[in-house]
Parts: sequence; structure tokens; C-alpha cells
Amino acid sequence: MEIKEKDSVVVRFSGDSGDGMQLAGNIFSTVSATVGNSISTFPDYPADIRAPQGSLTGVSGFQVHIGAGQVFTPGDQCDVLVAMNAAALKTQYKFAKPDAAIIIDTDSFGPKDLEKAQFKTEDYLGEMNIDPDRVIACPLTTMVKDCLADSGMDVKSMLKCRNMFALGLVCWLFDRDLDVAFNFLKEKFAKKPGIAEANIKVIQAGYDYGHNTHSSVANVYRIETKNKVPGRYMDITGNKATAYGFIAAAEKAGLKLYLGSYPITPATDVLHELSKHKSLGVTTVQCEDEIAGCASSLGASFAGALAVTSTSGPGICLKSEAMNLAVIMELPLVVLDVQRGGPATGLPTKSEQTDLLQALFGRNGESPMPVIAAASPTDCFEAAYAACKMALEHMTPVILMTDAYVANGSGAFKLPNLAEYPSINPPYVPEELKGTWTPYLRAENGTRYWAVPGRQGFEHILGGLEKDDKTGAISTNPENHDLMTRKRQAKIDAIPVPDLEVLGDKDDADLLIVGFGGTFGHLHAAMDEMRAAGKKVALAHFKFINPLPKNTAEVLKKYPKVVVAEQNMGQLAGWLRMKVDGFVPAQFNQVKGQPFVVAELVENFTQLLNK
Amino acid sequence: MAYTQNDFKKGQPRWCPGCGDHFFLASLHKAMAEIGVDPWNTAVISGIGCSSRLPHYMATYGMNTIHGRAAAIATGAKVANPDLTVWQVSGDGDGLAIGGNHFIHANRRNINLNMILLNNRIYGLTKGQYSPTSPRGFVSKSSPYGTVEDPFRPAELCFGARGHFFARAVATDAPGTVEVLKAAYEHKGASVCEILQNCVIFNNGTHDAVYDKAGRAKNAIYLKHGEKMLFGENNEYGIVQEGFSVKAVKLGEDGYTEADVLVHDAKCEDNTLQLKLAEMEWPVALGVIRDVEAPTYDDCVTAQIEEVKAQKKYHNFAELLETNDIWEVK
Repeated sequence: MEIKEKDSVVVRFSGDSGDGMQLAGNIFSTVSATVGNSISTFPDYPADIRAPQGSLTGVSGFQVHIGAGQVFTPGDQCDVLVAMNAAALKTQYKFAKPDAAIIIDTDSFGPKDLEKAQFKTEDYLGEMNIDPDRVIACPLTTMVKDCLADSGMDVKSMLKCRNMFALGLVCWLFDRDLDVAFNFLKEKFAKKPGIAEANIKVIQAGYDYGHNTHSSVANVYRIETKNKVPGRYMDITGNKATAYGFIAAAEKAGLKLYLGSYPITPATDVLHELSKHKSLGVTTVQCEDEIAGCASSLGASFAGALAVTSTSGPGICLKSEAMNLAVIMELPLVVLDVQRGGPATGLPTKSEQTDLLQALFGRNGESPMPVIAAASPTDCFEAAYAACKMALEHMTPVILMTDAYVANGSGAFKLPNLAEYPSINPPYVPEELKGTWTPYLRAENGTRYWAVPGRQGFEHILGGLEKDDKTGAISTNPENHDLMTRKRQAKIDAIPVPDLEVLGDKDDADLLIVGFGGTFGHLHAAMDEMRAAGKKVALAHFKFINPLPKNTAEVLKKYPKVVVAEQNMGQLAGWLRMKVDGFVPAQFNQVKGQPFVVAELVENFTQLLNK
Repeated sequence: MAYTQNDFKKGQPRWCPGCGDHFFLASLHKAMAEIGVDPWNTAVISGIGCSSRLPHYMATYGMNTIHGRAAAIATGAKVANPDLTVWQVSGDGDGLAIGGNHFIHANRRNINLNMILLNNRIYGLTKGQYSPTSPRGFVSKSSPYGTVEDPFRPAELCFGARGHFFARAVATDAPGTVEVLKAAYEHKGASVCEILQNCVIFNNGTHDAVYDKAGRAKNAIYLKHGEKMLFGENNEYGIVQEGFSVKAVKLGEDGYTEADVLVHDAKCEDNTLQLKLAEMEWPVALGVIRDVEAPTYDDCVTAQIEEVKAQKKYHNFAELLETNDIWEVK
């Protein structure tokens, strides 16, 4: 046996939807993060509600990338593949590196399993050209049953622990301390100590199996920890981080948090998360449709709450009417779009960045709205906080964009200290304006004041019809409409956003990579790889898309070559071309519903450099 | 505090002369003054349409929103700020066509909203198309050969959505309208008031049978909880039960006497007979037809938050973070 020191390793757990792969993956991530490794994870669920057991469409995967230093993506391909059944091996092997170690449960490779997975012969390894020396083949089901023989559990319950055996084996492979996993399970099953005990027993059995039969494996990995940032951490998914950002902003602003929502993949977890936290006064209303989700939030905003509505692209289509009303009424509202594959129902569980132009322009009339896109699972917290602050302080709806990849993926989240975050100060109408105030009177920065019902002397009406700039009454005056249109636009244009940051060879790059939102990790990893190969490359990643950072044109025009890489047909590139005179970038566009593959990015960008 | 209707008035209404909305507006001002909730603690929220202009003429907080969404927007306002008294105003197109989904769900959830449905059986603002309450065969600009569809009966939708309050008034009948508006306010939960309102331009005469006092004396019955259901110029008619339904009879004919006349029960949980009353074509039932107490959505949301606050040990963001599995990197 050889112990390999590696900078980073990718593990992919895969099995039937019911095999508990997400849990096994989560525990492994936590165990690794606890020793100070950096982590990035990506769950890959089947779209089918409940595909037949053992079928190719029912395979569920969870990939985790652990690194000694910073890792930015869940990794293109894995170093270790766990395949709990024949269908998993068949569908997931394509994610394995040529020299990856493969763990399989031989008990799930019987004739029926092979048939369901559409293998033609019993020599499944031969059929897929897999070198048997790379395979840790163990009768996992049998061993789990043996291990729990004295537990008094029924067979069905025993089989639910199979994932823990695989986890134990992986923990051994990476030389991980099992105590963290044990504590995790004890806490998770605090009310069912019997289950916790059984799971712990099976993890240990998996670990011991690896330890005792190590001759069958080529190597054991060791990931040391470098560049540790001290602090307290938790594992967080993008959706949970978004929900936390909303909660934090509401607390900072001293407002009630109201979420009006309708279930939609992949955004529903935000509704789930916020629904849990009634002890923080969070109000969630699961509405009759997307329209009501947004409309009721706008009503809540009028009534004085921090109002949020969450959805994915198809929901934005329905919400755009009420979003537009928020634009003309100039009320704060945060609209979360967790992007998925489109158009229409499209690829509900997959990830794209195809809603950008919809966010910017998908409404009737001149309807400017700020757009913010989160760069990573943990950045969802920062982006959500920023979106709430912007909405409340500038009296405008704000679109917060994430995507399925960022929303479901997770990373190690350094616990934020809310005291260190900027304060949130909505422009409440000053009491001394009583008697002279009208609804569209503006503060110096062009923002109108907020008069929340309950305040005597500020009774007023807002609405979807154009209003007179001075009196606030309905007006069809052509000059006034032109003026109000310009004022609404100027208000958004004047919102301060941080400058665009350039990473990498910012002074002398030959190529500038440009992206936005959830592709940050992949673009960063591609840049790192190219720089390691001696190339001069920089990355400018947009988080604030409308309004654009003030230095946008300066950055984009500074480098000899620029490539805009995005998971759509060129929406950011088009927006930048519209806003920056004479900017004609190269483009890298991919719309596969899957995260970028770093190797493909590197290959493409290198070709571009060499042109 | 004592208010007069002037305390709720604002601006000069722009409806056509003779429009039923003028009459209704005056009754709403009067009802609000009598109810006595401060204008600054009152929000009037409408959709789009002629009648949805109404909040512009109220000295309260108000929103004149987008077509069909008034009930949804009002829902958010009430749930987020339960101290507000919220009136939601829609026409038959706004409330029952484009906004039909929100109408039924607001009733199902039983949110404490006073929901006004101004029913003139026509789209007025878009100049005369048939609405979801126009009768079958109705001729309009968009149905020159008559409609080939049946209308909604608002009470049926309200009851079908498990609504707990339904009342009806005629716009020109100020006392009758003020009475149902006050009852709607008193009722905790979604309170639907169907206001029969005439469009003088595009559907003149649609409610003629009950639009003036003389017509109502002949053709309407004012329902009062706990009172016998008698009507007619000299109370010579009554409502009796017949089989699974109700019917109007003349007392003294066919052996019917006052003893056979039913006593109105708006508080009865079973809505069967209330629905029968609401659907009568002659006489037209006015007043509070159903008024049954039930838990309101907004109260339950607030109560649940308090309950969970008492149960859980975390009450701010910092404490929330501590509920997670945390590790320390030194």
C-alpha cells in the first residue's frame, strides 16, 4: 500500500435514489471540513419523481471536492467513485478519472440488477473497459447484514445502513477520523439512538473492512491542510445561505421578514428553510400560484415588511407583472431567481444562466431593476444581504440570481458576525414632511420616501398607473411620463455598487476571462490552471450586473483579449456590448444544464490565447 | 375617535354620471366613519377596472394595483401587518375572471379581509365585453351573437371555496350597503360583499328588478339573522323549505301560513340553505346571507409564530447559526 499526498481529491457517491448517497456525501464533507480541508460539493439528483429501483434514471449522485488549499468547484472528474449498484456504475463511470478507484457493492450486481442497468453480459467490468485492479469490490450488502445480525433490526432497516458502510470505506481511504461522523449521526438521530448506533457500527465495519483488506487497493490518500483561515465554520448550501442572508438583513433592518412563495425546483429549499424559523418571526406564505407569491410580497412590502419572493425562471415569467408594479410603485422587494434549464419547464433540476436577459428586460415598459448574481454557495449569503439592503434603501425591487448548481452545492461557511455588516437604513419619510409630503417626493439620491401604513398624516395611494411627479395623482401628461421614466431610471443608475475586481495577472494578462454568478469557481479554477502553465490570465467576475460597476468599461478595455464565458448563448456578452461602446469579446457559451468542465475551459481559452 | 364620512373622502370621482360606483363609494365612506377605524390604520386595495379606481377617492392608505391581483396583494398586506384593516375592492372581471384564483384562495384561507365585489356583469373600462357574471346568451361587443357560456354565481364560488361570510347589497340602497359593510368589518375572516351595481353605459338595467326602492319592495328580501324570511310590499310572501330546496310562497295560498316560513340562520355552519337563498332569482336575497365564525389565517400565522418562539431556543440570527453543526479551524 502506498500513501499518496495530494492537494485535492474528488469523491463521487452514487447509487439508487433511495440509497442515501446525499447523506453519506454530506457526512464525508463535514468530516473533511472539520480537519480544515476546503470543500465544494454538488448533488446531482435524478429529475424523475421516483424512478424504478435499480434503473438508470433513478441514479442519484453527490460529488465532493476536498482540498488542502482553496477549492473552487466540486471538480470535473472524480478520484474515487462509489457505485452502490449496477445502474450507478453504468451512468456514473463517465465522471471518473482514468485512474480513479471504484468502490462497488457486488451484491447489487446480480443478473436482475445487470439487466435493469442494461448490461449485456455478466462481465460488467469488461463491458465498460474497467481495469479490475482499480475496483474495490466488496459484498457490501452481505457485510452490512452480518454486522447488524444481532441488532434485532429487520432487513429493510439494515439495508438503509448500506450507505454508511460505503462512507466508512471512504473514510478509511482518506485516513479520516471517524469521531466527527459518529457525532454527526448521534446528533442527527438524537431521538432514535438505536438508528444512530446501527449506523455507527456500520461505518466502523466499513472502515475496518478497508483497513483489513488494503492489499486489494492501490493507495490511500492524504490531504493535508494548508492556508487555514481560523474561525468557526459550518457546511451550507446556496439555498440555505440565501435564506440566512434574508434573515440577517431583516434583523439588521429591524423589519419583519415576509416570504410569499410557490413550490418550484430548484428554489423550494429557500421556502423550506425560512418556514422553519418562525421563532425569529419569519412569516412565510405558500401561495396559490407564483403570481400571488410575488403579489402578496408586494402587499407585505407596502405594509412595511422586508418582502421576498423566491422562484425559478418559469416563476419569474409569472411574477414579472407584479415585479413591474413594484417598479412603478417604487416599493422594496427582493425576487430570488434560482435559475434552471429552460425554456418552459426545460430541465427542472439542472443548472443554467439563461434568465439574465429576462431579469434585465423581461417586463413591459421601461422597467429598470437592479440585478445581483451570487458567485458561490457561501456567496449567496452576501448576495442576499446586499439585495435586501439595496431594495430597502433605494425603494426598488431587486432580482437576486443564483442557479441550481450554486443553490444545491455547498461550501464551508465561516460564521458571519452580523455586527460587522453594514447597517440597513430605509428612507422612511421624515415626520417634519407631514402636510407637504407626496408619494413621489424624492431624497437627494433620487429615492422616494417610504410611508408605512399606520403613520398618521401620510395616508397616500400607490398604483400601477403613471403618477404626477409632484402631486402623486394619476397623470397621462406626456412630459410628466417622460420625466418619471427618467427619474426611475436615474434612481437605479445611481445605486452605488463595488468596483469590479480583477483576479490573477491583473496588470499584464494576455487574456481576461469574464463571467457572472455561479460559474465563478470554474472560471477561477481554469485561470489558476492556465497560470500554473505559464500563461498570463486574469478573471473579472460580475456579481453586480445592473447597475454595472463604474470601472466596467475600463476593465473590459484594458486587456488584448477578452472572453465572456457563460452558461447561455451570450446574454452577459450582449448586455456588456450594449453598455460598453466598442466592446467585442470572444465568447464561450455552453447550455448543457451541467456545470462547466474546467478542462474544457482551459482548452478553449488556451486556443483563444494562441490564435 | 368619532369620524364623519368626510374624513374618508378624497378627490373627485371620475366615474360616468349615474354609475353605481358613486353610490357605493358614498356608502363606504359612511360605513367607515361609523366603524371608526382611523384612516391611517386602513388600507383599501383594488385591482384594475372602473370600480378599482375607488382607492383614489379614499383618504386612507391605498393601492390601485394590477388586474386581478388585489386579493393576493391584500393578503400580503394583512398577514405582514395584522393591525391594518384591509378592504379589497374588485369588479366582476377583476375579481372573478383574471383574479378568480386569488378570490377562492383568500376565501379558503379565511384571511381577515373585507372583500368587495362590485358586480355589473360587464367589462366597463375596456368598453363593453361580457364578463364571467354575464348571463348565457348575453350580447356584447365581444359576443355579438350572444355568449355560449354560463356565468359564475359569486356566492357559489365563495361557498365552494369554504367561505364563511357572504352578503349582498344593491349599490343604490345606502342603508342596505352600509349595513353589510359594517357586518363585513365585524366578521373576522374573509368577508365577501357582492354589490349589485349598474353600468349606465354598457349594461344599463342589468339589476333593474331591485335597483330602486319600489323594485326591491317587490323583488328582494332583506335577510336578518334570527328573523322570519318574509318579503313583499306587505310582507305577504315568505320563504319556505320544499324538499331539499327553498321556495317563495304567498301566505294564505296553497295552505301556507306564517308558521311555515323559515327563520334565517346566517350562523349555521352548514351552508346548504344559505346557498339556496343566495341563488334565488326571485326574490333576490339581500343582507348578510352567511356569517360563520372560524379561525382566520392571519391570526393563526401570528399565533403559530408566538407558539414556536416559546418552544425554540433561538431567537436571533446569531443564535440561529449556533443550531448548525459547527467546527473550528484554529
